[in-house]
Amino acid sequence: MALTKEQIMKIAKLAMIELTDEEMDKLGSEVSGILDWVEMLHEVDTDGVAPTYQVTGIDSVMRSDEEERFGEPDKLLENSPLEKRAYQVLVKKILNK
Amino acid sequence: MENYTIKSLLKAYTDGVVSPEEVVKDYFDRIAEIDGDLNAYVNVSKDLAEKQVKDGKGGALAGIPMALKDVFTTEGVETTACSNILKGYVPKFNAPVVDRLYEAGAICLGKVNTDEFTCGASTETSCFGPTVNPYDHGRVSGGSSGGSAAVIPSNLAVFSMGTDTGGSIRQPAGFCNAVGLKVKYGRVPRSGVISMASSLDTIGHFTKTVEDAALVLGVTAGKHENDSTSVDVEVGEYMKAMDGNVEGLRIGLPKEYFGDGVDPEVARKVKEAVAVLESKGATVKEISLPMTKYGVAVYYLVAPAEISANMARYDGIRVGRELDPEASSVADQFLRSRAEGFGDEMKRRIMIGTFALSAGSYDDYYLKAQKVRTLILNEFEEAFKDVDVIMGPVSPSPAFKVGELVNDPVKMYMADMLTIPSSCAGIPGLSVPCGFVEKDGAKLPVGLQILAPQFREDLLFKVGDAYEKETEFWKEVS
Repeated sequence: MALTKEQIMKIAKLAMIELTDEEMDKLGSEVSGILDWVEMLHEVDTDGVAPTYQVTGIDSVMRSDEEERFGEPDKLLENSPLEKRAYQVLVKKILNK
Repeated sequence: MENYTIKSLLKAYTDGVVSPEEVVKDYFDRIAEIDGDLNAYVNVSKDLAEKQVKDGKGGALAGIPMALKDVFTTEGVETTACSNILKGYVPKFNAPVVDRLYEAGAICLGKVNTDEFTCGASTETSCFGPTVNPYDHGRVSGGSSGGSAAVIPSNLAVFSMGTDTGGSIRQPAGFCNAVGLKVKYGRVPRSGVISMASSLDTIGHFTKTVEDAALVLGVTAGKHENDSTSVDVEVGEYMKAMDGNVEGLRIGLPKEYFGDGVDPEVARKVKEAVAVLESKGATVKEISLPMTKYGVAVYYLVAPAEISANMARYDGIRVGRELDPEASSVADQFLRSRAEGFGDEMKRRIMIGTFALSAGSYDDYYLKAQKVRTLILNEFEEAFKDVDVIMGPVSPSPAFKVGELVNDPVKMYMADMLTIPSSCAGIPGLSVPCGFVEKDGAKLPVGLQILAPQFREDLLFKVGDAYEKETEFWKEVS
C-alpha cells in the first residue's frame, strides 16, 4: 500500500515525530514497502477467530488501591534535564497562539 | 584466561583456588584488553562491582561476574537502551530482576550493547555502533542482545542477561556459540526492564552451558507484584530436570524450518544434532507448521504497534537529554527531542505502529494480525499434542556481514523468521551451540533451537543438556 505524502505527514504528526523532507521520502517509501509486504495476512481466513492480546491465560489482575511512596522526589527530579522549582519541572508554554 | 562456567567458577571459589576479587579484576583487565575491537560493553561499572565483591553476598551466584543488556534499569549506573534519547539517564532504582541477581551474589561488570530499544537483529541500530562477532570481526554478533551474546565465547563475563521479543536472545546466541534462553512470556518479571513490545517481551539470559542457564533461571523466575503479567506458576526444579535421559522423547521437525530461505549447511548441522539425540533413544517425526510464513508479518504489525505506544513516554521532559533551547512550546520540544533522539529504525517502527493503530487502519492491520497470531498459537498447541519438543535452526543463516542487511528492512526482519512464530505464541525456547560452518574462510557458529510447550523450560533444559553433554561445542572459545 503506497502511502501519499499527506498520509505520511499525518502519521508523523500522530507519532509526534518531526521529519525532514529527506526522511519523509525515505521513511515514506520504506513504510509503504513494509505495509505492502504484510498484505499477505489478508490471504489468511480469520472469520470467527478471536484476537490474541495475551499469552499467559491470566484474567484481570487485582491489587489493593493503596498508594506507595517513593519518598525521594529530589532524586526523581534529578533525571529531568529541565529547570526545577519547588518540586516542579518548568516546561515551555503549553499552547501555541 | 580460564573458560569459566558458573558451575566451575563456584567450585574454584569453594576449593579456594581463586577469590572473587582476583576473578573480577581479571575480567576487567580482559575487557580493557579486547573489548575495544568487539564493542560489547557500552558502560563498565567498576565501582559497583568492587562494592559488590566487598559486600560478598552469598547465594546461588555468589561472586559470579555478569553483564546486563543496557535495557536493565540499574541504580546509579547509566541506562540508555543504546538510544540517544536516553543518554545521561542514571536510574534511581533497580529492576526487580536485577535486585534478584544482586541478592543471589552476582557481580555486575557493566552494561552491554543492544539495538536501539532492542529493535534490530544485529546491534547495528545501537547509538554506540555494532558489536562485532567474536568469531569473525567482519560480521555481526546478532541482535538485539548482541553485546550479551558476544561476551560469552570471548570470556568477558560468565553469564549475561538479555531480552527476547522476536528472537533477540536465541538468534545472537546462535551467532556467538552461546546457550540462550527465551523464557515463557511472564516467567520472569519485566518491571524495570525498558519495554519494547509489551505482549511479547521476555527476560532471559546467555550462558556457556545449559546447566548454567537452569541455575540462573532459578534466581530470576517468579511473579513480582510490579508486573501484573508475570505469572504465579510454580518455578520448576530446573536442576533436577537434567538427568540425561531422552529415551522415548518425541522430537518434531517442522518442514518449514528446513525449507526455503534456510542455508542448507545450517540445516545439515541441525539435523546432525537431532541425530545425536536420536542415538540416545529419542524418536523423530516430521511435522508441518504452515502458519510459519505469516509469523514475521504478524510480528511487524503487532510489535511496532506496541512499540509506538511504549515510545510515547520519551518526551525529553522527565528523563533524558538536554532540550533544544530554541523550542517554542512543549509540543515543539517533544517533536524536536524525538526527531533527534530516535534513530531511523525506531522512527520506522513508530510510524508503522502508529499507522496500524490509527482510525481506519486498526481492523485491517492490527486486529487482523492479532487474529492470525491466534492461528499461530493454535498451531503450536496442536503440534505439542503429538511431540514433546520442536527443533529447528535458530536462524536461517549464520552471522551475516556488518552492513549487509542494514538498508533492507524486510530482509533484516526475515533474519528472525524461525524465532518469531514461537514468540507470537509465548512459548519458551532455547538456543544450544551445534557446531560450525565455514563461510568465506571464517568458522561460524550454528545454533540448534529447541521449543517446548507453555511453561516447560524444564524440558528445554533436560533435552538441551543431554545434547550438550555429547558435543560440548561451548568449549570452542573465540
